[in-house]
Amino acid sequence: MSWRTKDLLTLEELTAEEITLILDTASSFKEVSTRSVKKVPALRGRTVVLFFQEPSTRTRVSFELAAKRMSADILNIQTSSTSLVKGETLIDTVKTLESMTIDALVVRHSCSGVPQMLSDVLKASVINAGDGSHEHPTQGLLDLFTIRETKGKIEGLTVTIVGDVAHSRVARSNIHGLTKLGAKVRVCAPPTLIPAGIERMGVTVFHDLDQALEGTDVVYVLRLQLERQKNNLFPTIREYSMLYGVTNERLKLAKKGAIVMHPGPMNRGVEISSGVADGPASVIDEQVTNGVAARMAVLYLLQGEKE
Amino acid sequence: MESQDMERALTRIAHEILERNKGIEDLVLIGIKSRGEVLAERLAAKIKSIEGNAVPFGALDITFYRDDAGTHKPERAPEETELPFDINKKKIILVDDVLYTGRSARAAIDEIIDFGRPTAIQLAVLVDRGHREFPIHADYVGKNIPSSLKEEVLVRVKEKDGVDEVVIAERES
Repeated sequence: MSWRTKDLLTLEELTAEEITLILDTASSFKEVSTRSVKKVPALRGRTVVLFFQEPSTRTRVSFELAAKRMSADILNIQTSSTSLVKGETLIDTVKTLESMTIDALVVRHSCSGVPQMLSDVLKASVINAGDGSHEHPTQGLLDLFTIRETKGKIEGLTVTIVGDVAHSRVARSNIHGLTKLGAKVRVCAPPTLIPAGIERMGVTVFHDLDQALEGTDVVYVLRLQLERQKNNLFPTIREYSMLYGVTNERLKLAKKGAIVMHPGPMNRGVEISSGVADGPASVIDEQVTNGVAARMAVLYLLQGEKE
Repeated sequence: MESQDMERALTRIAHEILERNKGIEDLVLIGIKSRGEVLAERLAAKIKSIEGNAVPFGALDITFYRDDAGTHKPERAPEETELPFDINKKKIILVDDVLYTGRSARAAIDEIIDFGRPTAIQLAVLVDRGHREFPIHADYVGKNIPSSLKEEVLVRVKEKDGVDEVVIAERES
């Protein structure tokens, strides 16, 4: 099968077959990163712009490495250094970029829906690198890839997502991807951090972590977004950590051989203890490694469609 | 070509490789995915049965090195390149099913060179169908099949297609 869209905006819009094609393509790109010459000419001559309005290290570096390992040219743009600060609209700024003939725009923005809006006005491919609390599709893909690689499959697994689901674009992308590929998804958090109606996404809601962990194959710990907790959604960080922090003791309740994932950056001692983060069940480092491969696959498939 | 013809051609190529390289010292076989990989594996088995010692073999996926990447819809998802040995100072026998324009061979040579500096690269193909677009020629050829541009030469192997055969078909367009 071949690729049909010019953009990657969400995992919600993809089919299970399309997600599987990206994961299969990512396996061969992972091998490229193990070579002594970590570079293939697949995107030679293409220009990829990384347009990040929110701070980010791992996602931006991961995309940059992904593009470089395929021989594309990269432009890094931080909004603080653009004409946006002079009052230019976002659409005018990206249209200016497009006039200089770019091939792909990787965009991170604090407002949900910005990548969709840009894809409507641009001929270049738009890749969503995280928009508000909507989706972060490449994070979802690298997580799916990591689960498939360590567990050998996704279908039939029970995945528990713990933490601030309400503010998490990572959770939304993972829920879409995991349910499409046949996993059973549980979400666990205090009621204030669970959006109303989330059951419609096909997940089961838990408020007690011990219950949620029982029989779980994959424990996905979300970062407590301290910068977004201004409305007193829970009493104290310490209480949150007592009730929802993943520790080695709690991890014993999960299925034997369960793995622990975290999208980073971690608040050690808050949502995850250092014992778990650095322990044998953790695949957090693999997630970062696989991020480059997953993003190479996305860039490659989107650019492969250009006639 | 039928199963027996293919086997005989491969046996002859195995002997020619050994004759020209005076044995298996520093020899490695690298197949171009996906059918070249199968043929490389079979050649390796034949060489082992003749010489008694095994020759290392690997496989290349040249998708990312194609000169039409980005304008051509790939027919299959790319696979992994598997070169489980150091290729520096080795004599490489590159194996593919059909030699046509020479563009795949060009891509494979470029990819190999990113892994190191072999002493030599020789090309072995089951079928040479002509119509070269690049200055590339095969060192070992199973069979020359002059073909028309309207035709396709299809090599099928048991391991992937359930049957060993080479057939000429009208190109579907």
